[in-house]
Amino acid sequence: MTQSYDAIIIGGGHNGLTCAAYLAKAGRKVLVLERRYLVGGAAVTEEKFPGFKYSVFSYVVSLLRPEVIRELELAKHGLQIVPLDAAWVPMENGDQLAMYADPTSLREEIKRHSKRDADMIPKYSQMMYQMANAVKPILGYVPPNPASPGLRGARTLADFGKHLQSLDKKTFHQLSKIMTMSADDFLAEWIETDVIRALMGISGIIGTMLGVKSPGTAYVLLHHYMGELDGAFTAWGTQKGGTGGVSDALASAAQSYGAEIRCNAPVQQVLVKNGRAVGVVLEDGEEIYAKTIASAADPYVTFRKLLDAKDLPDDLVSAIDKFKFRGSSGKVNLALDTMPKFSAMTDPAFLRGMMEICPSVDFIEQAYDDAKYGAFSKRPFADVTIPTMTDPSMAPPGKHVMSCFIQYASYDMPEYGNREQQRDAFGNAVIDTLSEFIPNLKDIILHKQVLAPWDIEQEVSLTEGNIFAGELTLDQLFFFRPAAGWADFRTPIRNYYQCGSGTHPGGGITSGPGRLGALEILRDGN
Amino acid sequence: MPRQTPFHSRTNALCESQNWVEWSGYFSAQTYEMDHIHEYNAIRLGAGLFDVSPLFKYFIRGRDAVALMNRVITRDASKCGVGQIFYTAWCDDEGKIIDDGTVARLGEDSFRMTAATPTLCWLEDNAFGMDVEIEEVTDAYGALALQGPTSRDILQQLTDTDLSSLKYFRMLETKLAGAPVNISRTGYTGDLGYEIFAEPDQCEGIWDALIETGAAYKLLPAGMTALDMVRIEAGMLLLDADFHSASTAMFEVEKTSPYELGLGWMVNLKKDHFVGQEALRRENARGPATCTVGLEIDVLALEKVFVQNSMPLQLPYQSWVDELPVYSDSDQRDHIGRATSGTWSPVMKKYPVIGRVKPQYAKIGTRVYVEQTVEARRYAVPATVVKMPFFDPPRKRE
Repeated sequence: MTQSYDAIIIGGGHNGLTCAAYLAKAGRKVLVLERRYLVGGAAVTEEKFPGFKYSVFSYVVSLLRPEVIRELELAKHGLQIVPLDAAWVPMENGDQLAMYADPTSLREEIKRHSKRDADMIPKYSQMMYQMANAVKPILGYVPPNPASPGLRGARTLADFGKHLQSLDKKTFHQLSKIMTMSADDFLAEWIETDVIRALMGISGIIGTMLGVKSPGTAYVLLHHYMGELDGAFTAWGTQKGGTGGVSDALASAAQSYGAEIRCNAPVQQVLVKNGRAVGVVLEDGEEIYAKTIASAADPYVTFRKLLDAKDLPDDLVSAIDKFKFRGSSGKVNLALDTMPKFSAMTDPAFLRGMMEICPSVDFIEQAYDDAKYGAFSKRPFADVTIPTMTDPSMAPPGKHVMSCFIQYASYDMPEYGNREQQRDAFGNAVIDTLSEFIPNLKDIILHKQVLAPWDIEQEVSLTEGNIFAGELTLDQLFFFRPAAGWADFRTPIRNYYQCGSGTHPGGGITSGPGRLGALEILRDGN
Repeated sequence: MPRQTPFHSRTNALCESQNWVEWSGYFSAQTYEMDHIHEYNAIRLGAGLFDVSPLFKYFIRGRDAVALMNRVITRDASKCGVGQIFYTAWCDDEGKIIDDGTVARLGEDSFRMTAATPTLCWLEDNAFGMDVEIEEVTDAYGALALQGPTSRDILQQLTDTDLSSLKYFRMLETKLAGAPVNISRTGYTGDLGYEIFAEPDQCEGIWDALIETGAAYKLLPAGMTALDMVRIEAGMLLLDADFHSASTAMFEVEKTSPYELGLGWMVNLKKDHFVGQEALRRENARGPATCTVGLEIDVLALEKVFVQNSMPLQLPYQSWVDELPVYSDSDQRDHIGRATSGTWSPVMKKYPVIGRVKPQYAKIGTRVYVEQTVEARRYAVPATVVKMPFFDPPRKRE
């Protein structure tokens, strides 16, 4: 017999830790159970090669809710985010596109590509900023059930309506468009330069198995505009020592409030008695009891793996089975002997930003075409960051780690053979494509780690390797995340809650689901 | 026309922004890049390299060197061992602060003093009848501050001397990249850091060596904008920002004492006579009229003010120096002091402010209200009195 807790959190990813921290801060006796040897879920730093630290999966931070940073005092616990410079793109003709942070340099650069766009870009940014500002409050709402909102839900809906009304007519029209159009169609209404549209379009497709020309992707552009660093909208940064540092800060905060964290403790099942969750069983058979159980795992694991389907209503089971995971992205982490040299790069200072391998709109759409029938892109899109440009703690002096987020790769790619062969073929396509733009790359690689969607699923239990614990498309957001009627962090099982990225406001390092989930648990008096 | 420091050929080549300010008669880079944020982060993550040559520097040598120092500064110079450095204030006869700076004991009978304002005349006047030689060496030495977590690693690559034994506020003479230097473990950032003094003809070589070796340790040349942010995080006062020199203040009300500035710990009333001692003794007995405090602005409350104005929260992107009223009440009726400098701290995710309030409001945890202007309207935003330094990593002393 083991001791009993007020709450058990299943999964020590960043949301599980966030939820634990809030519950512990409210005086609850909390236990976090993590399957792996370290906390963080997809936000971990691991030394896969001696002296070199990879942000193995998630690698940049922007959407982390400022209220969480404040309320949990994360800076005190080690959160230290270094802003990344804006994006840089090598073009196929040897030219470059550099999105400078300072407006003067940016304007001069855009003018080289298009005088018209040089005028349009500030207007586009202003429009997106205003929209994001109007829509942003929903990140902090508990999604009501629109069919039967109740008093609080009605207030939330009214609030949201008020925010929409605060938009001027033009912005409101843009909002209607962005909710429905494809990222590229939406961008084409503003911007004529192909490479700029390519660069801006990529935030519409991250984590989805859709192309920049697929309807519905425009909204995801807006989602990426809601991030901030110190109040600066859309700013992205990297955590000192890698993304695991964010999880460590959350874990340290949770522990400082008394939460207990157990690693190497995989949960097999949630114990349900008379429609009420009473505890969990670990894979080794150990049973642990608690008044409240919260799952930070994705919706598939939360409902279909940890529970018996007979304990759930049919419509929920069916909704979860239809929830789109279909991972589309992989990760290649490289340890480098020296600085990589992009042939198109005129100033090595650009290496401090995000290097985007997306030379044209067609390049990205072609990458999607390759992958959509179950394969990987022969020339994939890559989002490349080199945190060691500013952070001395991730590699020995003079050496570098390079993080490459890759799209697209399918969950299963049978034409390339078994899983290992699929991974190798995928990894080679990535290195070959990167080498087109970084001629010295192959000579300086000391170590490489390749992760296809299947590997991501194996390592961190994200179903089908979807990095957002379910695609971030409008049909899977807010009221619908993860299923209509069950978007308020509760479940049909009493005292069993959701607090992972499969709930509102969704994936990415936001801590939003963890915080909102914890607040709902406390609201119920649990 | 400001003059050029011995590092100017190098700083000028790196100063992309051409954003120069005048500092004590010299050109000083405000930022090197167009934006200061990389420089700020380098100081807290890698290292920042500052040209601090404009600091006024003096040698005080001779049989009465200790006596002169002791007559001038508020701390007991005889307690400063050879190789040790004191951060200290010096005051006028009324016990009002003239300046603050460092006093380094080079030998039994010799000191090096740094100051923010010209101090030669004042030293000479106080040396009346003493066997001591005072020499201004401001131009005879270039000075660098190398500050940040990797600063020791960088220096260690360039010298045979084991720097791990160099303790906080100690110094040594050694060679850096072959050039004779004086290195002290001091700085104005509250981080692990060093200050390096060298003769002008050695300066370019030292700079080049530091920049070259530092690259792998994420060193960036850094300017005054980033420096002001980190010195506020470190709770360090700036002359003409947080206080004024009694020797240049036009009005009595502008003058402050070490007690009022939170520097009471460096006033040694027990030692032999020093300038201002009697006045300070009296002030110590009755208590200071104001107290310097660290304040932390309540960012949530500030956000509400912005939301009232239909705007999202906007935080200062760099530090400010000002005189903002501080009140004990949100109605702005009871004025209790001033806020003199502040910054958003990206590393702490907090909004620290240095200010001066009536003593009864100086207790840690006291809630006060700092004026903030949003959309041309004045608001009293709550702030809490907190401990200074705001940011104090163990590596500073370790």
